[in-house]
Amino acid sequence: MKPAPFEYLRAASVEEACALLAAHGPDAKLIAGGQSLVPMMAMRLVRPAWLIDVGDIDALAQISIEPDTVTLGACARQYVLAAHGGLGAALPIIAQALIWVGHEQTRNRGTLGGSLVHADPSAELPLVAVMLDARIGLQSRARGRRVVSAREFFTGPMSTVIEADECLVEVRLDQWSGQGLGSAFDEVAIRHGDFALASGCAQIALDPDGRVRRVALALGGVAGVPLDVSGYAASLVGQFIDDTATEAIARSVAAALDPPADLHASSEYRRALALTLCVRVLRTATARARASLTEVA
Amino acid sequence: MSDRMNEVSVERARERLHEVRLQVNGAWRSGQCAARTSLVDFLRETLRLTGTHVGCEHGICGACSVMLDGRPVRSCLMFAVQADGHSITTVEGLAAADGTMSVLQDSFCQTHGLQCGYCTPGMLIAAQALLERNRCPTEFEIRDAIGGNLCRCTGYQQIVDAIRLAAARLNAAATGAGSGVSAPAA
Amino acid sequence: MSDSSQSMGAKPFRYVGTHRRTREDPRFVTGRGRYAADVHLPGMKHVALVASPYPSARIVSIDARAALALPGVVAVVAGAELAQYTDFLYVGVDAPGVKRYPLAVDVVRYAGEWVAAVVADSRALAEDAAELVDVTYDPLPFVIDPEVAVTTEAPRVHATYPSNILYQRKFVWGAVDEAFEAAPHQLECRVRWGRSSTVPIETFAVLAQWSPGTEVLDIWASIQMPKFPDQTARALRLPGNAVRVHFDVDVGGSYGVKRGIKHTVLVGYLARKLGMPVRLIEDRLENMRGGDMQGPDRIFDVALAFDERGVVRAMRIRALDDVGAYAGRSPLQLGKPVGAICGPYRIPCVEYEPCSVMTNKTPQEAVRGFGQAPTNYAIETAMDRMARQLGIDRIEIRRRNLIGRDEFPYLIPSGTYYDSGDYEAVLDKALAHAGHEELVRRRDQARADGRLAGIGVATCLEPSGGNSSFEVLFNPKNETTTWMEASLVRVDLSGSITAVMNTSTSGQGHETLVSTVVGEVLEREPALIRVVHADSLNALPSNSPVGSRMAIMLGGAAAGAARRIRANLMAIAAHNLGCPVEELEYVGGDVRVAADGSRCLTWDQLVEIAHRKFHRMPAGLEPGLQASFVWEVPTGGGLPTADGRIQMYPCHSFETHVVYLEIDRDTGKPTIQRYVCGHDCGVMISPDIVHGMTFGGIAHGIGAALYEKFAFSEDGQLLAGTFMDYLIPSAHEVPSMSITDHCTPSPLTTFGQKGSGEAGYLGGPAAIASAINDALAPLSTSIDELPMTHEALWVRARRAPSATGHPEPR
Repeated sequence: MKPAPFEYLRAASVEEACALLAAHGPDAKLIAGGQSLVPMMAMRLVRPAWLIDVGDIDALAQISIEPDTVTLGACARQYVLAAHGGLGAALPIIAQALIWVGHEQTRNRGTLGGSLVHADPSAELPLVAVMLDARIGLQSRARGRRVVSAREFFTGPMSTVIEADECLVEVRLDQWSGQGLGSAFDEVAIRHGDFALASGCAQIALDPDGRVRRVALALGGVAGVPLDVSGYAASLVGQFIDDTATEAIARSVAAALDPPADLHASSEYRRALALTLCVRVLRTATARARASLTEVA
Repeated sequence: MSDRMNEVSVERARERLHEVRLQVNGAWRSGQCAARTSLVDFLRETLRLTGTHVGCEHGICGACSVMLDGRPVRSCLMFAVQADGHSITTVEGLAAADGTMSVLQDSFCQTHGLQCGYCTPGMLIAAQALLERNRCPTEFEIRDAIGGNLCRCTGYQQIVDAIRLAAARLNAAATGAGSGVSAPAA
Repeated sequence: MSDSSQSMGAKPFRYVGTHRRTREDPRFVTGRGRYAADVHLPGMKHVALVASPYPSARIVSIDARAALALPGVVAVVAGAELAQYTDFLYVGVDAPGVKRYPLAVDVVRYAGEWVAAVVADSRALAEDAAELVDVTYDPLPFVIDPEVAVTTEAPRVHATYPSNILYQRKFVWGAVDEAFEAAPHQLECRVRWGRSSTVPIETFAVLAQWSPGTEVLDIWASIQMPKFPDQTARALRLPGNAVRVHFDVDVGGSYGVKRGIKHTVLVGYLARKLGMPVRLIEDRLENMRGGDMQGPDRIFDVALAFDERGVVRAMRIRALDDVGAYAGRSPLQLGKPVGAICGPYRIPCVEYEPCSVMTNKTPQEAVRGFGQAPTNYAIETAMDRMARQLGIDRIEIRRRNLIGRDEFPYLIPSGTYYDSGDYEAVLDKALAHAGHEELVRRRDQARADGRLAGIGVATCLEPSGGNSSFEVLFNPKNETTTWMEASLVRVDLSGSITAVMNTSTSGQGHETLVSTVVGEVLEREPALIRVVHADSLNALPSNSPVGSRMAIMLGGAAAGAARRIRANLMAIAAHNLGCPVEELEYVGGDVRVAADGSRCLTWDQLVEIAHRKFHRMPAGLEPGLQASFVWEVPTGGGLPTADGRIQMYPCHSFETHVVYLEIDRDTGKPTIQRYVCGHDCGVMISPDIVHGMTFGGIAHGIGAALYEKFAFSEDGQLLAGTFMDYLIPSAHEVPSMSITDHCTPSPLTTFGQKGSGEAGYLGGPAAIASAINDALAPLSTSIDELPMTHEALWVRARRAPSATGHPEPR
């Protein structure tokens, strides 16, 4: 299980990485943490002729927390994201999701950008990106910088809009304003650390009186891409949230799904998991939002 | 066929060797390898440090765990060229310079936290990383720390016992108290 | 943690049964193990395999020109060449026409079967070249479903063999039909044991080097296999004394499967042909698909006849085992259970119909328990069914059938005597240790709260002392009636003791075992006794660590050799002290006159006499101090009766498992919350090792019960060929476990020990299945197929209203 031969190049900057991609064309591939890419190379399912390492580019590892926006470098390692105090305060959903990502050894190498470009439909970080409609910054030598919404970034299993000459450089996420915020991530995997059979995440903002101000909800593993299903929860806005409402939303979401089947889960089972996870993440996020209101009070 | 052959021959012809220099267990070591050589193959085949084991080569079993700059990683999921200039700790580097086993290694012997020994180097690396950041781990934290390391012999029970014992002994040593903690047998 | 309460019988042991550090552990925790992959020879070449993409196909042509043109490629070899220069591999039953070579010859019979071997300067280059080997196939019909494979219309896996059935026989021991007719109650059930295996973390590795000067083929391999040197030599058409297997390599786990005979014959052939050392380390993909190490895959039909009290009067078991595309020893895995076919129960008559069938799947290999764990699962499921049918508690119904402590030796209908046991005492201990009454309250409260909770109980046997009686039972042409084991013990001039064992070790701690028993007999500190693994040219006879036999057989052999040393020391002392042996006492290696302790010869003095002072040696005693001991399996040596009764294994360990688990109604996810194993393997020589293997066996059982399966698609492709799809439980899935020991010494063994290498696995799957079905019982549903996947549990759990109140998604 040795990869096909390739040549290795280490890029010192984003510009150099883009230049190398431009120079070597579609046979070149970027590597950062390599936790998804290397197994595929070992099985010779992916066989780049040129491997361009962007993992040591400091500019890609930056984490910037501003009042409304969080900007995460593509090569921020997962363990750094999980333990970052400012990020934990601004967007706790990231750390909540990372608990489910692989194992300590893979989180020590794995990066945010690597997870996004790998685009496994059941992966955790792409799901969070979709739920929060992250803006994904892509850079190429030919066309400079462009920004793609996470909801448009993923096009199918293991596939994205990223062009062969592009480097994912950063991910911008909005912080929701106001108090009363709560989020939750949950998934069902057969073993802890495996890719999820299905996953769900939610973020809820409550007004001081407990009515829903804003809600986001997304599901992983139930389609070719992570699904934003916030629209199904939009009816909650302005309402008090309770189990009946939560379950109604979950049912309507589940009914609309046509999940894929594989060795470990049928389509029907995945749909049922999606329903359960919708209920669970909405409940937990609501409970956290309420707790946060209580803290404020 | 001949096209494909030519293509691969070209690939082969251009597979140049890279000089890789690592600080392994405190000492700088270097060797040459192809870009596609994994870190674990480099450690084992080039540097002949065979303590680190190959289990699955696709990042699941954890047998190849080593420390990279003080953090546990899977050495089958890294190319040696990526580790150039970095610091690596393998199982061979866990004992003191004079060969005295670390408290953790000794605790594995005390509870018989291994059988065939094949996953053991990876387990030790994972456990070492845990104890370096958490001297009072709960059972869940211990299991989570080794959750990415598969063992087929032990059912993990005596490994968990070993890590718990090591934590207790390290704490006892740190506080100067010795009671209540099994000493290593002669 | 375990609660050790081993009662030792009359005489307390010095070392046996005490907590002592394991001899092997320090080298492993410091990274100084030496596994087959760690052996490095100059000029060594590397093998990669070309595998068949088809489950069945004729090989039309193999074009290796492109591969050979690649720089660094040494050779490409295919099956036709092996068929010409080697002999086919051993077949465990009388099935002429079912021939296997290391590489497919003319026809491939499963997807993943090795078709060609590429030898190159590095493994990576060999893989590059393997991609270039151009094989043209002509696909043939194939069969994947074993129930189809047994039919006459099914495509035949081997055209040279009249059917796909390798072995089938109906054994009837006792008046089974009459008992069924007379019994007031009956039940029938079908259970299925999924295709899983032990899947060690180390794949199979072998390195071979042919030395033309000495004409010896040296082999370093990660093996656990009886008759391995002999079979290798025979297939390579070499005299047995031209193959030297180095048993001193550490083996990274086996639990049965590390047989690797095809790998070794291939690499041995290549090393000899090429005149250079050749190494094959299976990668995980080769290992899972083509390593021929998948385990039993069985459908059981069980019928019980019983009375209103739940006392079993007769049992019928039909077992259909899908062994995959070739035979090897796998059909014999239906044979060993003959020796414990009624479990720990007093079942007076039994009908057993094993059927071994071939399909176009990866072949089966020996797995921990050699077929007993699936059989135990089938028997235990039937016992639970009977309890449910009669409305009698599952534990009570076991009590009514367990063989009583005063009934040993107990002759079961199939001809085996169980040596000893106190099954009910172990059951009671396990229930007490688990807090069974509290578990019942907890389960009932969980149910009242709307959760699915269940308690599982299994009472199972572990036949031990590995014998080969199933060989002659299943193949009358194979009159193997001995399965001996041996040891050599030597005391050198310095007084140091060295013991020699004659096989390799894959984690069982044999060095600790041997040093402990030799230390016990000679009353010398075991930590100072060296244990070495002879190579096969130096070795005494051995049948390797299979069938939970080494504590009994190697322990017994080492003790026997040590006793001869001790007798020699006594004879030397008697001669020099001028005193009959009967008046001497042996104390810690010194020998003194019992009545006058001042008249004494020390260990060092006695050793010096033996090594230097022939003039002080008694007549007839050889100089030097060494002794060997070879012994046959206790109770072994017999042939089967015409109706197939035979003493299978000598000793019978017993285990009771008590499990509490809950199933998440909404996801089907099971969570084991309490796991207790009550275990009686007689006198434990090294309790820490016994406990460790038992915990490991339970974890393996959890995998077989809930997670692991070599699933195949309908078109014959392995779907679980990586660790991403073949799900080995991690420390998250395996719970904290607890063992409570009991000791019923075996009357047949040196210290009263029984075997324990397969412990935990023999009853674990049955107990988990029992707990799962208890949890599902309020829903009036059950599951009778392993592994019990999350989805399968969810399918059954959703029959009831969910805890969260929402109905079916539709």
